[in-house]
Amino acid sequence: MSFLIFILLTLSSSTVHSTPVDDSQLLRDFYQQQLPLIAFSDYADGVYAFDADSKAAWLDINQFPPYEFSLEKGKNLFKQPFANKSHYADCFPTNGIAIAQLYPYWDEEKQSIITLASAINDCRLKNRLPTLTYESDEITYLMAYMADTSRGQLINTHMPNSALPAYERGKAYFYQRRGQLNFSCASCHVDNAGKFIRSEILSPALGHTTHWPAYRLKTGKLGSLHTRFKVCNRLIRAKVHEAQSTELRELEFYLSYLSNGLPLNGPSIRK
Amino acid sequence: MQIKRRQFIKKLLLTSLTMSSLVFSKISLGKWVAYDFGYRPIEKSLNELFPNKTLKKTYKINLKLPRRAENGNVVPITITSSINNIDTVYILSEKNPVPLIAKFTLDPSLEAYIGARFKMKETCDVIVVAKAGDDYYQTRQRVIVTLGGCGG
Amino acid sequence: MANRSTIKIRTKYFPDYTLVRTLIAHTMETGRNTAQDTKELIPAHFIQTLTFKHNDKVVSECHMGFGISKNPFFSFKIKQAKLGDKITISWKDNLGFSDTKDHIVQ
Repeated sequence: MSFLIFILLTLSSSTVHSTPVDDSQLLRDFYQQQLPLIAFSDYADGVYAFDADSKAAWLDINQFPPYEFSLEKGKNLFKQPFANKSHYADCFPTNGIAIAQLYPYWDEEKQSIITLASAINDCRLKNRLPTLTYESDEITYLMAYMADTSRGQLINTHMPNSALPAYERGKAYFYQRRGQLNFSCASCHVDNAGKFIRSEILSPALGHTTHWPAYRLKTGKLGSLHTRFKVCNRLIRAKVHEAQSTELRELEFYLSYLSNGLPLNGPSIRK
Repeated sequence: MQIKRRQFIKKLLLTSLTMSSLVFSKISLGKWVAYDFGYRPIEKSLNELFPNKTLKKTYKINLKLPRRAENGNVVPITITSSINNIDTVYILSEKNPVPLIAKFTLDPSLEAYIGARFKMKETCDVIVVAKAGDDYYQTRQRVIVTLGGCGG
Repeated sequence: MANRSTIKIRTKYFPDYTLVRTLIAHTMETGRNTAQDTKELIPAHFIQTLTFKHNDKVVSECHMGFGISKNPFFSFKIKQAKLGDKITISWKDNLGFSDTKDHIVQ
């Protein structure tokens, strides 16, 4: 089914590829048809849009979320001045508050995708500090704080023409089958969105980038979107790319553009 | 005469001590007992926590629990009850290796209301026992705990 | 940086009751898990007792085992609390660590 969509997408445009706008529309129409009961705004809640029982338990835990301590650490890390008396706030617009929806974006000069995590490290380099390991607690806490201040902001990923090749690569990754189980991201998150895989509901790709970092009840800690990409690939026995590698950034870029218009609601809780 | 005075003072001290202990006594759990939280099957745990007590089944204890726990690590529960004078509440998970999760005392100034988050090993009944003076009440509710899919 | 508290307390005051919720940073380790890297058993480390006081009077004593979830959460309702009342939550674990925190009902 997803292969069909891929063909449709490639054939639907008259010249080379369909535009990102067309892609998004096609996929949203597909979801609308497959999942008529899910309203657009519900996609921001992921699997909880599908099951009232688990949503009730999720909302219950959300009333006093267990990630509050990590969030507090993130806030303190964010506000702590660097050795040169500068702050993270000086690297970002509006002092770093309510800006997570601007990421990821295509940087014309650097000809690469900048994610929030890489922006944090760029800020550190600019201030002569060592970079943080991408899946470390410290960077995750910082991302949690910055996401929290951005709660409710609508995802608004820009797509300049020079970003199209990166977008296409991210899209190709999404639809490419891989690993021993020979799944593509689309196999589960498009073809079977809303259905069960063993005892879990598969979330649709629309809304995938809204709720990060996510506190996993399983691990008892916050994890980033790229950590989740890695786990997913490991589970389908595919090659695991490193967090913030070009491949995963392009995938995030594609998914983020798909989710344009949905509100950010991270950090959040997942199982 | 002196002996009688000594006896009188002794009696006075004893009575005052008992009186003061009655005035300040409330339900207290005392020290944490490792044995209560030991590994044993549910029947043994219930028998040892409530020896020779009848745990009357009641509809007057309400348990807000998910029907299916997304992850057995964190199961949220809210216990409410219309039974008067509940002084102690016990939460047990039938098939956990250690069935007793927690016990709480409740002062009369508190409502019969407790919220908590606990771990469940597998699908089983969550048992809540409430003690109101000399009466013990129980209620059970099944929670399904599943083993993943792609959550890893 | 000052010692960060492991206890967060939130209260919601209503005329007929006051909701008291607390979240505690604690691993509640069961002692049955192995560390991923060293493959050694992680020793049990969990809160055993928790005390909830209202204006310095103990209103709930809680004994628990490692069956309570990591980062424990508890909630209670006080029948008649007043604005300005003091809520105190204290805990002690099996390794002898403890913490306490006060909160004013607002």
